[in-house]
Amino acid sequence: MTDSTMQTVEPDPAAAGQFLHKRLRRILRHRSIVIGAAIVAAIVIPAIAAPLVAHFPPNEMHIRDRFTFPSGEYWMGTDAYGRDVFSRVVHGARISMGIAALVTLIVGICGAMLGVLAGYYRVIDGFVMRVMDALMAFPEILLAIAITAALGPQLNSVVIAIAAAYVPRTVRIVRASTLLIRELAFVEAAFINGVGDLRILFRHILPNCVGPLAVQLTFVFAYAILAEAALSFIGVGPPPPAPSWGNVISDSRDYAAEAWWVMAFPGLAISLAALGANLLGDGLSDLLDPRMKGNS
Amino acid sequence: MLAYATRHFSLAVPVILIVAVLAFLLMHALPGDPASVMAGSDASPAEIERIRVQLGLDRPVIEQLLLWGWNLLHGDFGRSLTLNQPVMSAVVERAPVTLSLSLLALAITVPISLVLGALAAYRRGTAVDGIVMVLALAGVSVPGFWLGILGITLFSVKLGWVPSSGYVPLSSGVGPWFASIILPATVLAFFQIGFLARITRATMLEVFEQEFIRAARARGVGEWRIVSKHVLRNGLLIIVTACGVILTMLISGAVVTETVFALPGIGRLVVQGVFARDYPLIQGVLIIIALVLVVVNILVDILYRLIDPRLR
Repeated sequence: MTDSTMQTVEPDPAAAGQFLHKRLRRILRHRSIVIGAAIVAAIVIPAIAAPLVAHFPPNEMHIRDRFTFPSGEYWMGTDAYGRDVFSRVVHGARISMGIAALVTLIVGICGAMLGVLAGYYRVIDGFVMRVMDALMAFPEILLAIAITAALGPQLNSVVIAIAAAYVPRTVRIVRASTLLIRELAFVEAAFINGVGDLRILFRHILPNCVGPLAVQLTFVFAYAILAEAALSFIGVGPPPPAPSWGNVISDSRDYAAEAWWVMAFPGLAISLAALGANLLGDGLSDLLDPRMKGNS
Repeated sequence: MLAYATRHFSLAVPVILIVAVLAFLLMHALPGDPASVMAGSDASPAEIERIRVQLGLDRPVIEQLLLWGWNLLHGDFGRSLTLNQPVMSAVVERAPVTLSLSLLALAITVPISLVLGALAAYRRGTAVDGIVMVLALAGVSVPGFWLGILGITLFSVKLGWVPSSGYVPLSSGVGPWFASIILPATVLAFFQIGFLARITRATMLEVFEQEFIRAARARGVGEWRIVSKHVLRNGLLIIVTACGVILTMLISGAVVTETVFALPGIGRLVVQGVFARDYPLIQGVLIIIALVLVVVNILVDILYRLIDPRLR
């Protein structure tokens, strides 16, 4: 239906506006994109405004109110030190979402660069892809643990460790798109017209890889949230008392049966955040691959 | 087929070489003096020197790298600093735990996700499809360690059905062994089911649109027969293709699951290595697992060719 009109874009501003409008409507018709984006926004926005949203500083102890059941004052109850779980979850969102966002950014940049270069220059293709294969031979969490162990327990090493685990898969995807696009007529035409390699790579090929890359990156965001939580839980994440979601859950283990709320809410937060990102990724990939339509 | 297998294995050689170099570099990425990092902050200079010599850190880097490669070729994956035993034997000791856990999780994952994925594809767009997809989405979104704690709280602490932690070897009886790993394996399977059910559904959707399905329907072949004979058979191919990825994810998941359930497996070994700053141990385990996975992936590729008559 809209597909035929989408391919003919006239340089007429009115038509361009209509085109954007149609495209927007097409995006909004995808329920998973809308719901996924709403969930992610519902977590990111309070995270940005954490000091305004949270009732207390995340590490403030109210020793007399230890293990308070969720109430009007402590929305998600308190933990063993009387710290407000809600405040910790909201501030934790900053750490966890921040790490996931940084990981996604790094994976996006490295994945796009290496993928495009490997796909375009046959000389480096073999080497780059073998290194990626080698990196993928290590199970992700194991690789991330080993890297954080080597770099020391800081925020930076967590980001690098998780990014290193997900760059190879992204490189593969961008490379595959590049291999397809470089054979298309417009690339050949650009080449014949004497357009330089760099310009071909970054003006003509890379923009056409953005679709699959965007889909992959939303999934990377979801994985990164889960991976950061898992690393924190194991004890190689951001060092405590930083209220990263994994740390809060890890703290609550010993009294999980008595004070379930301390562990329940951060776990729900992780699940929701990952779910939102996954939904968004599903929706985007539907949008780009209409063959799979009608499943949401 | 033999030629294919040989070619495939030879393609893996550069990957294995790079894996070895990466694992080597890892220890040298330690900030400062690796020997003193490993010895700990309260170690005497003599202790640090002992570690330096033991690990050959006093020699030039190139010599260390070559020695590392030479040792790997001879099946020497290094020696743990804290366990006082070769890494290989430490891994072999703990392998049954991780294998039991992963294989049981795999046995739970495969049938459930095949059925769910096929069902969702068959009933595409209906409530059944919706429910399965939401479940699958939850599977890949809920953190395994959290699910593990929830499981322990419910099934061990409240209901007392299974022990909350620890591993019972198979030699002590099938029942106790099963009880000790059924909960961790189910938790581990949850993520894989989400992952595999989604792949199965997507692939099945394509299969349902193939000519041969329409032809079968036109011939009056019953729906059940179409699904079981034509569609599920293609599902087996998905399983085999996804096997390598799933195995890698299982090992990743096992590291976390073993920590939650205090199972003395390979994942736990690595985590202990991290806290004891036992870098040779981490390095050794890492390369052993990577090598196993490379080989498994090659075998999977070969198996795939054997199973799919179109590629034969």
